[in-house]
Amino acid sequence: MKNYLDIFKNGLWNENPIFKLIIGLCPTLAVTNTVVNGFAMGMATGFVLISSEIVISLIKKWIPNDVRIPSFILIIVTFVTFTDYFLGAFFPDIADALALFIPLIVVNCLILGRQEAFASQNPTRKAIFDAVGMTVGFTWVLVALSAIRELFGFGTLAGVEIFGAGYTDMIIMILPGGAFLTLGVLVGFLNFLDRKVGSDNG
Amino acid sequence: MDSLQYLLLLFISTVLINNFVLIQFLGICPFLGVSRYVETAFSMGLAATFVMTMTAFATYFINTFILEALNLEFLQYMSFIIVIASLVQFVEMFIKKVSPVLYKALGIYLPLITTNCAIMGMALLIPQNDYNFIESIVFGFGAGVGFTLAIVLIAGLRQEIQFGDVPQDLKGMPITLILAGLMALAFMGFAGLAVV
Repeated sequence: MKNYLDIFKNGLWNENPIFKLIIGLCPTLAVTNTVVNGFAMGMATGFVLISSEIVISLIKKWIPNDVRIPSFILIIVTFVTFTDYFLGAFFPDIADALALFIPLIVVNCLILGRQEAFASQNPTRKAIFDAVGMTVGFTWVLVALSAIRELFGFGTLAGVEIFGAGYTDMIIMILPGGAFLTLGVLVGFLNFLDRKVGSDNG
Repeated sequence: MDSLQYLLLLFISTVLINNFVLIQFLGICPFLGVSRYVETAFSMGLAATFVMTMTAFATYFINTFILEALNLEFLQYMSFIIVIASLVQFVEMFIKKVSPVLYKALGIYLPLITTNCAIMGMALLIPQNDYNFIESIVFGFGAGVGFTLAIVLIAGLRQEIQFGDVPQDLKGMPITLILAGLMALAFMGFAGLAVV
């Protein structure tokens, strides 16, 4: 059991997709202008990641090695199409806000990378723990980043006023430049934390 | 009809005002991953531009004459990714046969292009914006030029910053992101150029 917990914890910090592996950055930068969008993106990516890791770890024996990448992509794109239509039908506002970045989950290197590095080599149970760990790790950085940007950009947090009505919006945080700057500083800060306390974090 | 002027505006708008990397956040992975040296960045940009133009060409036909004609739009993501993957494979074989020198220069960057979200994003934006055939080609080419411009510029900055005294925790990725942020702010200035 400890083994499974380690796999799960791996995604949270040691192999965090965003600030350790540095993959999946396009949605990270593009949709994190509000907390709701950041969280929704994390969940949508997580759904695709978990489903495809389960399917691929189940059928890995029957996938010929030479065509494994196209096969992975086909499985992933099926779940992405499913997610896109699901969000469009039940959460049209979120689907509008994330727009292009829902279909682009297909080419998110995080998803394909985990299939190649983990799901295609491990039993299904382990793959589920890995996928859930990666999802939580991806989502918490997205939410942290979008919380910073929304708080300073609009003075709100998940739509709730924090700084009161008199707050002047810091437009730069919402602009593309602010996304790069905030992520750069955040990753620098997390590196700093990792260096100070990371060694006994396990 | 001043269509030539319109196409020129579309091109400028795609390259500068709506720069794929810095304004629309497409293709960030190669932008950060392959931008250590100006030469390799330029090769990557060249390969991406080539594949993007070809993709615009191919996906326009598939989308208009197969998917829309037969009401199969739900297969759009699947068919686009297959088109891109096979196109990359085809381009790789073609270049290998025709120009071994170019193949050596682009070699390892070609397979990486399949998962470059700028290409998939560009393919998806064409039906969304209702571009016609010529506009699609101009859009695809412009997107590639914009990508090349951004990746070459950031590579130049990264080569310079190697000699700078960067704080330990900001080395590598964080400082590159901060540089990209400043560049994105500079690119915002182009917003006043034209509206398409």
